[in-house]
Amino acid sequence: MTPLSHYLVLGAILFGISVVGIFLNRKNVVILLMSIELMLLAVNMNFVAFSRYLDDTAGQVFVFFILTVAAAEAAIGLAILIVLFRSRRTINVEELDSLKG
Amino acid sequence: MNAEQINLGSLQVAAATPEIIVGLMACLILVVALYIKEESSSGFSYVLSIATLLCTALVIALDFSTEPVSAFNGMFVDDPMADLLKIAICLITSGVMVYSRQYNIDRGIFQGEYYVLGLFGVAGMMVMASASHLLTIYLGLELMSLCLYAMIAFYRDDKLATESAMKYFVLGALASSILLYGMSLLYGLTGSLYLGEIRVALAGTEQDNVAVALAVVFIVVALGFKLGAVPFHMWVPDVYQGSPTSTTAYIGAAPKIAAFAITIRLLGGGLEELHGMWMQMLIILALLSVAIGNIIAIAQDNLKRMLAYSTISHMGFFLFGILAGTETGYSASLFYVLIYAVMSMAAFGIVLYLANSTEESDSLNDLKGLSKRQPWIAFLLLILMLSMAGIPPTVGFFAKLSVIQALVNAGLIWVAAVAVVLAVIGAYYYLRVIKLAYFDAPEKETEITAGPTMTAVLSVNVLLILAILPWVGSLIALCNQVIAKFVV
Repeated sequence: MTPLSHYLVLGAILFGISVVGIFLNRKNVVILLMSIELMLLAVNMNFVAFSRYLDDTAGQVFVFFILTVAAAEAAIGLAILIVLFRSRRTINVEELDSLKG
Repeated sequence: MNAEQINLGSLQVAAATPEIIVGLMACLILVVALYIKEESSSGFSYVLSIATLLCTALVIALDFSTEPVSAFNGMFVDDPMADLLKIAICLITSGVMVYSRQYNIDRGIFQGEYYVLGLFGVAGMMVMASASHLLTIYLGLELMSLCLYAMIAFYRDDKLATESAMKYFVLGALASSILLYGMSLLYGLTGSLYLGEIRVALAGTEQDNVAVALAVVFIVVALGFKLGAVPFHMWVPDVYQGSPTSTTAYIGAAPKIAAFAITIRLLGGGLEELHGMWMQMLIILALLSVAIGNIIAIAQDNLKRMLAYSTISHMGFFLFGILAGTETGYSASLFYVLIYAVMSMAAFGIVLYLANSTEESDSLNDLKGLSKRQPWIAFLLLILMLSMAGIPPTVGFFAKLSVIQALVNAGLIWVAAVAVVLAVIGAYYYLRVIKLAYFDAPEKETEITAGPTMTAVLSVNVLLILAILPWVGSLIALCNQVIAKFVV
């Protein structure tokens, strides 16, 4: 059986990739949305691994909720993306600079 | 699974009556608004939403719990603190809805959806106030956040609003994921998702346990993002400035109370045994927030952006109470956040009041000579700014005083000293607003479209800051009392 640590390392790597994806990506907002999804999946990996390791189903139930919320979040994210494209004709991250932050 | 576990009676559904009322009414408004004629539908949702919020506040007040009731197999708790927070959330949000009415009409966004999203957001905040399980915290937080993203993007013809919605969405989702990652580590370490069980499992953890420290770091960072504490504050000014002001007013008030709820339930409840660990992190976050918030606010020329930096510094102050880690500290924080929410709502109420259909009037220069154009509003602004700066005899002074007292009692005297110095620096930009309104000549005349209802509610809201003075003692006593009864 694969030890718990392998799953945790995989989860951590996925999480790291998605954080880097959010901060390094300067091109496309769609990639930001993909990174966010990947981040939630990395968390799911952790929950499932711990749930199996602890022999407790609560973690797996949590994963179902995360998946559902992630779907709702993606729907809202894409809707905002469309509104953004309509008003600006671009989804380039670098061009989203009318606010100084 | 035995029959007892799926018995509905044992779920204590009645404990969640306020959430159920708000959720059902939001669904009802959503559906009914479709069948009512376009022009009148928004008036209908507006009135019904405010009625719902006021009734919910009344229902909670009439059934104010004296002892904590645990419901839904321990995932949800109805304790006096949750009740107090829920009443505040309902009243403050209904006030914000009154303020935003004319603004939304002027911009063509006075539609049922604003109110439906607003009510769902309130339901999310109420769930956060009562959460005693990691899943409940997460679901409440997401229900609120998803509504906030949509409420910003709602003003879809505006370039700034859509841009700030996107920024808020990305950073908000990042914060939620970080919170979830912290929760997953906590689950793995303690084997439970219940805050109470986590607290028991963590008792006696050594302070140098790396895995536990990692979980705490993730959770504190996520809370920092949600509260807008430096160095995780970059979204706050953009979102406050870019959103339609009606939504900024909503974001600036009640969600802070909900953020207090999850902070106290996670840090003061589930992770209380690790106080030494998160206190160090919170000291850095809080001091940086107060310093950077107050200093950068001086350089702002946009009123909404200035208020955003002011929020950052207020959130720093509120964290001072939490990091003290004592009951007095928590209760000072609770008092602070309630007072802050009332002040923030009034501040955006004034920004909304000054806006009309052609312009926002959210530049600081638009306030020049306000005392000659709108003497009453200028007077309200005067009281409000004095209170935000923390100058006696306003209630803002007592809020800051109680937090600083808690810090001193907890032995963190140097933090208290730095906090006081930074608060003095902060007073500069609040007083500058008063100077612009009272001592500068008006540059232009702006037409005011706000109606008498709004003026009345705004006046009550601001005068409350002065009128509550005789009862400050009993309000603090109430905060102490609910914190003493707070369980995880």
